[in-house]
Amino acid sequence: MKIRRRDFLKGVAAGTLLLAAEQNPAQAKGARKELPPNAVGILYDSTLCIGCKVCEYACKQANNKPVEHGSSGEPMWDDPQDLSAKTLNIIKRYGVEGKKDSVEGFAFVKRHCMHCIDPACVSACPVSALVKNSDNGVVTYNKKACIGCRYCQVACPYNIPKFEWDSPFPEIVKCQLCSHLLAKGGISACCAACPTGASLFGPVEKLRAEAKRRLAMQPGEYYDFPVADINGTEVQQHRAGGYVSHVYGERELGGSQVLYLAGVPFASIGLPDLPEDSYVALADGIQYAIYKGMVYPLVVLGGLIYIIRNREDKKE
Amino acid sequence: MKEQDFARVREHLDGISRRDFMKFCTVMAAGMGLPLEVAPQIAAAVTAPQRPPVIWLSGSACTGCTESLLRPSHPSLEHLILDLISLDYNETLNAGAGHQAEAALQASIKKNTGKFILVVEGAIPLKDGGVYCMIGGKPFSDIVRETAGKAAAVIAIGSCAAWGGVAAAKPNPTGAVGAPEFLKGKTVVTIPGCPPNAYNFLSTVLHFLTFKKLPALDDKGRPKFAYGRLIHENCERRPHFDAGRFAIKFGDEGHRKGYCLFKLGCKGPMTFANCPALLFNDVGPGSWPVGTGHPCFGCTEEGVGFNLPLHAQADLKHITPGAAYPHIVSERGEGASAGAVALVAGVAGVALGAGVAVAKNLGKTGEGSSSEGE
Repeated sequence: MKIRRRDFLKGVAAGTLLLAAEQNPAQAKGARKELPPNAVGILYDSTLCIGCKVCEYACKQANNKPVEHGSSGEPMWDDPQDLSAKTLNIIKRYGVEGKKDSVEGFAFVKRHCMHCIDPACVSACPVSALVKNSDNGVVTYNKKACIGCRYCQVACPYNIPKFEWDSPFPEIVKCQLCSHLLAKGGISACCAACPTGASLFGPVEKLRAEAKRRLAMQPGEYYDFPVADINGTEVQQHRAGGYVSHVYGERELGGSQVLYLAGVPFASIGLPDLPEDSYVALADGIQYAIYKGMVYPLVVLGGLIYIIRNREDKKE
Repeated sequence: MKEQDFARVREHLDGISRRDFMKFCTVMAAGMGLPLEVAPQIAAAVTAPQRPPVIWLSGSACTGCTESLLRPSHPSLEHLILDLISLDYNETLNAGAGHQAEAALQASIKKNTGKFILVVEGAIPLKDGGVYCMIGGKPFSDIVRETAGKAAAVIAIGSCAAWGGVAAAKPNPTGAVGAPEFLKGKTVVTIPGCPPNAYNFLSTVLHFLTFKKLPALDDKGRPKFAYGRLIHENCERRPHFDAGRFAIKFGDEGHRKGYCLFKLGCKGPMTFANCPALLFNDVGPGSWPVGTGHPCFGCTEEGVGFNLPLHAQADLKHITPGAAYPHIVSERGEGASAGAVALVAGVAGVALGAGVAVAKNLGKTGEGSSSEGE
């Protein structure tokens, strides 16, 4: 079988045109993703959290997760030390009780999946076991598709997905915003259980507006704070704490559907400073640049062919 | 209840004011977890001209349940047995004795067939034909079976009547069983406890009189309004449990400070009862076992009280988070051990040596091969 160089190059050119035509112009560049139309999320307000952990308990009940005996070693409490395959939601503590200033403060923080607008885990997953719902934006997991590569664990900038290392048929475990409850018209178990409204469920747009409202509050004054569901009717009065003037998750890595407010610097409660462009956008940008119009691959391929042919000519 | 209606009642409850009477009915409604609007209905039921006949049979019992019944102050004993119910037979409280009392029992059963409430106190011994508990020459088991057949409702009061209690504790020499097991197929309300709280019994009776049906029962026949809650989850010492503060020995510092009694064998985490909410004997806070510093021993729970060792640690029905918090960054692992460091250093040393040796040889082979090529 002999292919002439001229014919081969013609074929390659035709293929290139086809590929270029198929390229989605929107994906050509690492564009910032938009919020899904009915995006729902959680606004966690660290200044309202009293550390009662009822959300941890409610989460385990709703998601049927076993207890985990952590620090004490005594099987009396469910006291996980971090997110794990058994714990999708955890309350952590920063600082010394009694000290409330922003340098050496005291605060609780609730950690679980951020439900990023442009999730790195979804991008990294080679088999679409993790997908972002196009309607409500919840990042869900399909165990039937998962091949156990754990790329999502490496990819997640918040270190959220966990792997069932001790299971013969392991799954990736992470908060799925109680999708099974949302499907029945409910809200996330942690928010439904929260007695102070520190975890507030609702549409992301509304939560963002609520967060802005809180940032504008006068510290020390009493205000109404919605409890459980921002669309619900339950309201509680709290004294507004001093906020760090920033809504964490509004812009970080392209934004997330879980938002944080706090009275201490976010970095001290385990929420690091992150760029506004998601790592996914960066990776996509590089990939799309390399393969744009198939120019670079063709140049490389052409160069290789040229070198090989040259050598073969010399041998002969 | 209007003032003129109450005039009729006053004859029954001599001396009691209308206000006190309505208070009692409201307290009873609250105790059963019922809306307060039913208080007038309760009032109507307890003032009905025909007082409900109650027949109280005592078997293998210590009479503690009767003693418990005598303690309430609202209503007091005399109001209870003379005005609210018609206690037709109770061996401890009977005025008469012997054949006279037995005759009264038979007369009451005959007169009120299908209407009276049968209360069984104490276990029912079955071994050797039930000879270990004879009343008036008859085995107690026969008496219970006969009477229960004619009763409108059967209430087993106390742990012994509920499942055998202390009488059925291992090795159970008399073959004692509780009323539900003995009267299989018949609905038996159980009010376990050693002794049970008299208000749980009174509330059940009044519920039956008011609504003409029994209150909602759990799978062990216990009224849910009284036995639907776990002691551990309503205990005044619960914060100490969550925070990990325990009394380790009787009389130690933690014990004197009122810390959690879990490590002294408290069975609160596996026992359902309203003790911490209802308390005993109307004498105010702390008047229940845990309040006085003794671990709950699970008297209302079959398989716990009189069964598990008194000071053995209880199983937890629901495990919930404690009050300690993890730090923001959790440390994983414990650093490298000395052995691991030595091993890694050794391997690195070997690798380094091998590398040097190979590098030396590389030069030599290069020379060798070039000379061979020539």
